[in-house]
Amino acid sequence: MSAAQWRRAMNSSAAAGAAAARRPTDLHAVAPATHGTPSPTGSGLWPWLRNALRAVRVRHVVVLACLLVYPFVASPFFTFQIGAQSLALGLIALSLTFLGGYGGMVSLAQMTVAGFAAYMLAIFGTSSNTGISLGWPWWLALVVAIALATVFAAAIGWLSVRTEGIYTIMITLAVGVAFFYLAQQNYTVFNGFQGFSRIAPPTLFGHDLHEPMPFYFIVLACALAGYWFVKYLIHAPFGVALQGIRDNPRRMQALGFDVTAHRVAAYAVTGFIAAVGGVLLVWYNGRISPGTVGTGAMINILIIAVLGGMKHPIGAFIGAIVFVLLQNFAIDLVDRERFNLVIGGVFLAIVLFSPDGLLGLWQFLRTRLAGRITNRGPGRIHQRQRRSET
Amino acid sequence: MSRASGVFVRSIVGAATLMAMGGFAQAQETLKVGLLATLEGPFAAPGQDSMRGADLALKQRNGMAGGKKIEFVKVSSDATPDKAVNATRKAVEQDKVQVMIGPLSGDEGIAVKNYAKTQPGITFINGSSGAQAATLTDPAPNFYRFNTEGAQWMVGLGEHALGKGYKKVFLIAEDYGFPYSQVQGFMASYCAKGGKVVDKAWVPLGTKDYASVIAKVPKDIDALLVVLGGSDAVNFLTQYEQAGGDKPMIGGSITVDQTVLNFKGKRRESLLGTASAGPMADSIDTAEWKKFVADYKANFKDGFPSPSLFAYLYYINTKAALDALDAVKGDLSNGQKAYREALQKTNFKGPAGVVKIDSNRNGVGDTYITEVAKAPDGSFYNKVVKTVPDVSQTLGLSKAEFDKMGLGTRDVPDCRK
Repeated sequence: MSAAQWRRAMNSSAAAGAAAARRPTDLHAVAPATHGTPSPTGSGLWPWLRNALRAVRVRHVVVLACLLVYPFVASPFFTFQIGAQSLALGLIALSLTFLGGYGGMVSLAQMTVAGFAAYMLAIFGTSSNTGISLGWPWWLALVVAIALATVFAAAIGWLSVRTEGIYTIMITLAVGVAFFYLAQQNYTVFNGFQGFSRIAPPTLFGHDLHEPMPFYFIVLACALAGYWFVKYLIHAPFGVALQGIRDNPRRMQALGFDVTAHRVAAYAVTGFIAAVGGVLLVWYNGRISPGTVGTGAMINILIIAVLGGMKHPIGAFIGAIVFVLLQNFAIDLVDRERFNLVIGGVFLAIVLFSPDGLLGLWQFLRTRLAGRITNRGPGRIHQRQRRSET
Repeated sequence: MSRASGVFVRSIVGAATLMAMGGFAQAQETLKVGLLATLEGPFAAPGQDSMRGADLALKQRNGMAGGKKIEFVKVSSDATPDKAVNATRKAVEQDKVQVMIGPLSGDEGIAVKNYAKTQPGITFINGSSGAQAATLTDPAPNFYRFNTEGAQWMVGLGEHALGKGYKKVFLIAEDYGFPYSQVQGFMASYCAKGGKVVDKAWVPLGTKDYASVIAKVPKDIDALLVVLGGSDAVNFLTQYEQAGGDKPMIGGSITVDQTVLNFKGKRRESLLGTASAGPMADSIDTAEWKKFVADYKANFKDGFPSPSLFAYLYYINTKAALDALDAVKGDLSNGQKAYREALQKTNFKGPAGVVKIDSNRNGVGDTYITEVAKAPDGSFYNKVVKTVPDVSQTLGLSKAEFDKMGLGTRDVPDCRK
């Protein structure tokens, strides 16, 4: 896909959020409760809270309730390996969704940033390799790891923002592969091929986070925080400017926005989210080695994001759930060596029949249904018509 | 919070179910055994062959052990420890296997051993992983390895090299756990008896260009110790030949395999006499080995011409697991206590020598020293020249001496001077 095509695809794909961002006042007049944009008119805690709660829909409550009840009905295996792993991977994919879907920059290096945070946690914190690990208390190592990973992400961004479309993919791929080989061949800092093991999650408020249920809840908390953070960012001035830059960088520059700074900042912000995901992933695995940041892992994140749909933050998590389920259970569907065929086939089918991923499929179905049942809420339909006019 | 109690309740229910089932069903009861190998990634082909080894062990007893029908629950990894633990966890916690066999590669083995500690009710049996640390450092009481490991496979090769007059060697090896172990196994006796490894070149796995390494090879050495696997070995050999190198080679356990033996370069003849060592060899001249090869060929038309190292290792580990099930008549009650005692007592004549384990639950077995020889039809093969019996994990040293040396790493043992 050429850069121009890519931009066009992203243009037309601008989700409801983008439309909202373009005419915020208009939208508020029509459908005041669609988004959780903090209204500038309210001041004090109560109006703010009321405003925030107005964004909460029934589906949000239902999904949240399901997520909270889930570990109590599911087996420890489903809680830990399916639930927690999906949410942690989803958080990393979420960073790519924001960067790619709203910033127009598809970076393959999100897993690298996550892996970098994981390595930093192992190096500053405790691991089986006492010769390298500094043994700082976990909270300090955590803060340092996430801070360094954010800086690292900003550096990747600074390097790659001057490119567009496929060249961004290429340069971030190069950075990711370079980091993989550095980690594999450097023994003084990254401990080479073997990496670090026994990176234990801490004990928090008397709960050992390595137990499936406490770990699930800590991952869930991070995932929810990440989700709302991204939702908030999309409508914040920064996010709106970023979408403007995605759609027409020249015009934004003419309007006085610093395009490069915004893009680098987007890398840094998504790097922060990916770093949190990386820390959760290293606690989940209990270990980190170059394989975790290899090309396969980098592309998996892209697959997850595309699978779920790059146009909405929730897509990352849906993609992650499907991905993890397939990885775990495809082998039960087709015996032995051929199970990767099922995984590949499902990915191919989803991307082929719905270029917007699973969420696109869902949107499509809903549009069809909304066509017949007209009481779907005027705001959304209105908005959809408006968008097709543009 | 409730995980411990959940496990407790479930184990009571499970025990009750087992007892009830023991009362009713007899012959056709099914027992699930997990089987993990690498069906993806760089070791996909060895992974497939290891599955054949395990299948063969089950087929030889018509799919039954301990009066129960055995069902393999197959899971796969891509040779990364993360994936191996995920796959193992799926088999144990989701598919509820009682016995778990695998994994294939060294670092996976250490990761699975660590996971085994969190599942004391399940017995874990190694597949073919050969990292020393899996059973030497902080062993898990429910992790068994009936095969010998990377360092044991090289014991005796040092003396053999000295016998051939190789007093100074230069080392080229891949830079990860398995070659460290292999090199240690070689050096333990080689250096003690006066041999010198003048310099070591550790190259990353999958290195294509060996020019800088070849440039470093000193003139005054007697031989090269090459511990590379698969395509790395062929790449090195080709480039060494092109650079005009003429030193004889000593190989690791997976260095001088069919790809190297089929090497077509000018130096082909100079491969003759290349020594290597391993837990098995294609040309073992015993009835057990010939029967094993014949069975393998009869069962797997799509297999290799002869069972690979991985098929052999999975075969003996699976056979040991199933034999012990027979010994206790399928009784896995009481935290598998009786079953584990039976495993500990394992002692059978495998295709390549007796299979038994030490107090760390690690294999003690024979190592075969081989040399490349020419068959009557002109093809090259590894001819067994010597068998070193009963190699223990301390490499024939006393426990104290071995601990003093430590586990093999890039710089341990040193052996330069």
